[in-house]
Amino acid sequence: MKKLLVAAAVLSLGLATANAQEQVKAAWVYVGPIGDFGWSYQHNQGRLAVEEALGDKVKTSYVENVSEGPDAERVIRQLAADGNDIIFTTSFGFMNPTAKVAAMFPDKKFEHATGYKRSDNLGTYSARFYEGRYVIGKIAGRVSENGIIGYIGSFPIPEVVRGINAFKLGLESVRPSAQIKVIWVNSWFDPGKEADAAKALIDQGVDILVQHTDSPAAMQVAEQRGIHAFGQASDMIQFGPTAQLTAIVDDWSVYYTNRVKAVLDDTWAADDTWGGFSAEMVKMAPYTNMPDDVAAEARETEEAIRSGELNPFAGPIYKQNGDLAVAEGEALTDEQLLGMNWYVKGIEDKLPE
Amino acid sequence: MGWLEPLLLTIITASTPLLLAAIGELVAERSGVLNLGVEGMMIMGAVCAFAVAVQTDNGFLGVIAGALAGAGLSLIFAVLTVSMATNQVATGLALTLFGIGVSGVIGDGYVGVDRSPLPRLDVPGLTDLPFIGPVLFGQDALVYLSFALVIGVTWFLRRSRAGLTLRAVGDNHHSAHSLGLPVVRARYLAILFGGACAGLGGAYLSLSYTPFWVEEMTAGRGWIALALVVFASWIPWRAIVGAYLFGTITILQFHAQGAGIGIPSQLMSSLPYLATILVLVIISYERTRARANTPLCLGIPFVADR
Repeated sequence: MKKLLVAAAVLSLGLATANAQEQVKAAWVYVGPIGDFGWSYQHNQGRLAVEEALGDKVKTSYVENVSEGPDAERVIRQLAADGNDIIFTTSFGFMNPTAKVAAMFPDKKFEHATGYKRSDNLGTYSARFYEGRYVIGKIAGRVSENGIIGYIGSFPIPEVVRGINAFKLGLESVRPSAQIKVIWVNSWFDPGKEADAAKALIDQGVDILVQHTDSPAAMQVAEQRGIHAFGQASDMIQFGPTAQLTAIVDDWSVYYTNRVKAVLDDTWAADDTWGGFSAEMVKMAPYTNMPDDVAAEARETEEAIRSGELNPFAGPIYKQNGDLAVAEGEALTDEQLLGMNWYVKGIEDKLPE
Repeated sequence: MGWLEPLLLTIITASTPLLLAAIGELVAERSGVLNLGVEGMMIMGAVCAFAVAVQTDNGFLGVIAGALAGAGLSLIFAVLTVSMATNQVATGLALTLFGIGVSGVIGDGYVGVDRSPLPRLDVPGLTDLPFIGPVLFGQDALVYLSFALVIGVTWFLRRSRAGLTLRAVGDNHHSAHSLGLPVVRARYLAILFGGACAGLGGAYLSLSYTPFWVEEMTAGRGWIALALVVFASWIPWRAIVGAYLFGTITILQFHAQGAGIGIPSQLMSSLPYLATILVLVIISYERTRARANTPLCLGIPFVADR
């Protein structure tokens, strides 16, 4: 009897796998708390959008606050063993653990954000946030009164340096004389320090704040001090009703929905996605607190980037030291962008080594 | 002088939460209890203060709630370590993890909610004074409270009978017990005071420093407060020096970066910590004097002789 039951169980399990496409189990691994109102929060919004779009065809789960060490592998392995069909790991530091677990579970699908290791069942994805940074550079150049812009950076890694460069190129295109002051807080998430850096920049005379850190602290300070700022990761308008010009919003909902759908339809294949405006991975919050003609220009710029007519990193671009990085008629390749560890000409900050 | 005033104002903001949490922990440690749960008590203070302030639209009630939340969490610690004589280090660490987790659950509905900062004191005539006005007479209540607490604790430890009892308990709980001093009660009260102060530090973060709630917003300040107690060698006024030194270096390095002074930012970010280590080395060099105020029973559970 017992054997029979086991056999039945095995059989039904087999059937369940064969029919797995009726319902997909999808899981997410977050590096931070979903209440960070930044990176992990937006990935979780994406997960909720998948639930919304696919209803009972999908069953989602998530693990938050997973540190980028040995813990990550344990968590990912557990999720795979629990029968999840597809697992999204959403931080660069999860790359090696994800690759390891993907090799152990060849019939499961894995997607790793911002990494570069791929295999038959491991894809990667990321977003071209720099497209948004080019747009806000133009806005800053038009809106700033004194032409001094404050920029709060997290860590001097290619992702952030690329953002500063894209911002500078956008800024330069409308106001070559503008100056950027950069402060590195050496943290992705410390609201107090972000606020301190914002205050230091304002005390030094900047009249627009750009941030590449996750909390709304800088926006709040800008609002209190009566200057303008750009939001990061989420629309932060409630923290700066008169301060926010726009925000670069991470939007993973379309991507996640498509990928989970692909698993449902059995069309999923591991690949590498690096999408921007056109893939709807990067969105701009409404253009507010600026003159209409500036907003119109911003919309045109956004549209031009979306259609491919404008490439923020089209040549000629010179490095800070005067070397030519890319000649006229060409543009920086994705590979060059991914490894960007140099400033463009005209940025006065010295890039920490 | 135009640049000095905003600089001082930012330094006060950066130093106050550290000072609040450190002065509370100092009292707890003087009674012989090492509570490593400061970070957890701070974050609970931050979330409860913000939640209550938003619900009641009253910052004052928020501050009270923050202190109560910190004290409430420390009560768990007191029951475990004083009444049940558990290991203080392990219990304190568990308290931090517990506080971070629970605060995330409580704060779930408050992510993305904006609030204006606590009102600043406004003394007609005085606040308008150039320079001195905004710095001395334009802060919010918690800043003044942090200094009042240091003065109060100094008086309490040096001049009051209860303070003497507390120090006796911290230095030798068996002798204190045989003299009939209330070891358990003294430690309970000291721990609760420490929890309330940590809660106030958290409340300052979520109501004044950056008036919003996001998970883990204390970002390690509880651990810095713990280091500051050792830095202060358990003497209250030195906690002010430590907290303000830490705040000053943090702010100055931002200003140096913004002014384009070419020192690597990673090095500058580590300066406050390097300064703390340096001072620790200096004070422990003078062994006898530095150790004079070290509570000898620090971290040792008390089990009454039969």
